[in-house]
Amino acid sequence: MNEATQQTPVLEARNIGKSLGGRPILSDLSLSVYKGEMKVLIGPSGAGKSTFLQCLNHLITPDTGELLLNGERISPANKGELRSLRERVGMIFQDFNLFDHLTAQENVSIALVKVKKMSRRDASLRAMMELERVGLSRRAGLYPAELSGGQKQRVAIARALAMDPEVILLDEPTSALDPELVGEVLAAIRELARGGMTMIMATHQMDFARALATEILFMEKGAIIERGAPASLLAPGAKTRTQAFFARLVAEESAC
Amino acid sequence: MLSLDMFWNRVIPALNEGLFFSLSLIIPSAVIGFLGGVCIGALRVYAPPAVRRIADFHVGVIRGVPLLLQLYFLYYALPKWGVRFSPYQAALLGFILCSSAYHSEYIRGALLSIRQGQVKAAYALGFSTLQMALCIVIPQAVRRALPGCGNEIIYLIKYSSLAYVLTFIELTGHAKELTARSFHYIEIYFTAGMYYLAMTSLAAWLLGLLEKKTRIPGFGAQK
Amino acid sequence: MQESILTICEAMPWILEGALITIGTVAAAMLLGLFLGVPMAIGQIYGNAATRGVIALYVWFFRGVPILVLLYLFYFGLVYQLNPLEFSLFGMQCSISLALSPFAASCIVLGLTSAAYQSQIFRGAINSLPSGQLKAARALGMRDFEAIASIILPQALRLSIPGWSNEYSILLKDSALVSVLGAMELMARTKAVATSTAEYTAFYVSAALLYFLITWIGLRGLRYAEKNFRIPGYSHL
Repeated sequence: MNEATQQTPVLEARNIGKSLGGRPILSDLSLSVYKGEMKVLIGPSGAGKSTFLQCLNHLITPDTGELLLNGERISPANKGELRSLRERVGMIFQDFNLFDHLTAQENVSIALVKVKKMSRRDASLRAMMELERVGLSRRAGLYPAELSGGQKQRVAIARALAMDPEVILLDEPTSALDPELVGEVLAAIRELARGGMTMIMATHQMDFARALATEILFMEKGAIIERGAPASLLAPGAKTRTQAFFARLVAEESAC
Repeated sequence: MLSLDMFWNRVIPALNEGLFFSLSLIIPSAVIGFLGGVCIGALRVYAPPAVRRIADFHVGVIRGVPLLLQLYFLYYALPKWGVRFSPYQAALLGFILCSSAYHSEYIRGALLSIRQGQVKAAYALGFSTLQMALCIVIPQAVRRALPGCGNEIIYLIKYSSLAYVLTFIELTGHAKELTARSFHYIEIYFTAGMYYLAMTSLAAWLLGLLEKKTRIPGFGAQK
Repeated sequence: MQESILTICEAMPWILEGALITIGTVAAAMLLGLFLGVPMAIGQIYGNAATRGVIALYVWFFRGVPILVLLYLFYFGLVYQLNPLEFSLFGMQCSISLALSPFAASCIVLGLTSAAYQSQIFRGAINSLPSGQLKAARALGMRDFEAIASIILPQALRLSIPGWSNEYSILLKDSALVSVLGAMELMARTKAVATSTAEYTAFYVSAALLYFLITWIGLRGLRYAEKNFRIPGYSHL
């Protein structure tokens, strides 16, 4: 890694703010993610994690603040710049959002053809490669309705990866899954982290966050109220909000 | 009873000619009506509220008034305002207006049924709005609207017989002319009915085939 | 302008009378369609193969042939070709008059057509009922006829009301077609007055408003019925 990339964050958000109907949803959020890092957003539902992630690729337009991709300021008014931001920032949704009318392979290849202007042949080959990577090459011809939740999410990961994104945003990628399917999706994400992918992920999976996060950001009511390395936030006896939150999650899970 | 000789040599050729004129109405009205329905349906979902309201009103009027009345209006009332149509033009325009209004209902429902996540995912991959509409929304919406729009085309085939009351002599008109000379009402109208039945059945079969061809698992018709 | 308003006022009572004939035609056709459509739906679901085939053929025919052609076929065929129907029975010469009024012929043709559509509405409604309903009725010892009449139909007919509303507005618009037989209903009278006074726009627009009004009143009535007969937990199809 050379000096320059070390110093410039891949994605930087400065003072992002958003309100809806006069009620603030996000207030003054800042975050920088460097190459190969994984930032994990934690917090109760309704804390604004999802909104914040969608602000990072302007699926939701923030009211205030700015975004820098590799140090370059993105001006959202410029449609071309906006599209290139989205092309370079991948996103995984909680409820997959695979295109219902396309096969797994077409789901992965369509943006390569339409956005990256690849030839159809190259795009399908690339799609096959990405599906292979998430272990789904044998399901390439199936439609979303014929896949399990875990398989759908892995196709969504392949779809994001195929675009060669510089950073991937993951919005609670395992929340909509049955418990027995969570593992396969986490394994795919772990594989990405091992490969050095830069990621920002909202999740409730504590063990996963502890093992892989470079930094945990605890959000509540639209603000980051705690941040730090997992080792410090989750150290035994740390008495942090993060720790209390996870303790409650674990208690709820075992109560079920 | 109608003699077989007359049936084959007089009735069938006349009805065949009528069929040709009927098709000259049905095919353009079906194609333009469908495309118009897609445009109106899209306007009713995506246009600014003022335009949306105008389009809703237009569709409401067309769907609330008998087609015959619309045809009379186009053919008899508009000349007083200086707009003059031939019977063919009036019938064609009436059918296009009418079927585009009905198609727009199905298109509108289909567009509204597309989940927001589909649009978000397309934007997240860097699609432009046009690409998103062409590659994601329209292919899904058309599939959902297909059964309803198919029915509409079958209705159009049947209602094309109304062109005859504007003195455009198509299939029904030819049948009527034949009966005026021969008085074999039952045989001739029944045969004409079979022509229509053949057209509607063929259309239903083709539309079913199209539906089957474009069917995708987990992608039902809209309710 | 003033003159045209006067003309309209003069002609209005006559046109409104036509509107009543239109309403009568639609009501008669709806009822005929109901009485034929219900047994057809039941036959198509519970009947044997032959019954199902005949009903399917009927539905196919009436849904595939334009009403205009059916009107001509039925009215002219009966009144001018088969009328009077003469045949000999036990050596006696019989003659039956088939001379129908255009009004009666219209009601019958619209009713027969509507039966084809209504049978499909009822069929959909019956099919949407949970299959346990019939089983439970049989388990109580009801014969199939009783079970259908007292358990299935009361539920299915309630579920059919929205489909019926749709059928009503279609039938109302189709009823304008009977003017071609010379039945002097709303459309025919409007056209006659419009042509004789050359006030096309005014009369056609007022006819359109009358059609709207009749549609609206009918749909309100059906919605009221739907609300009144509602069973908790049942929503429309």
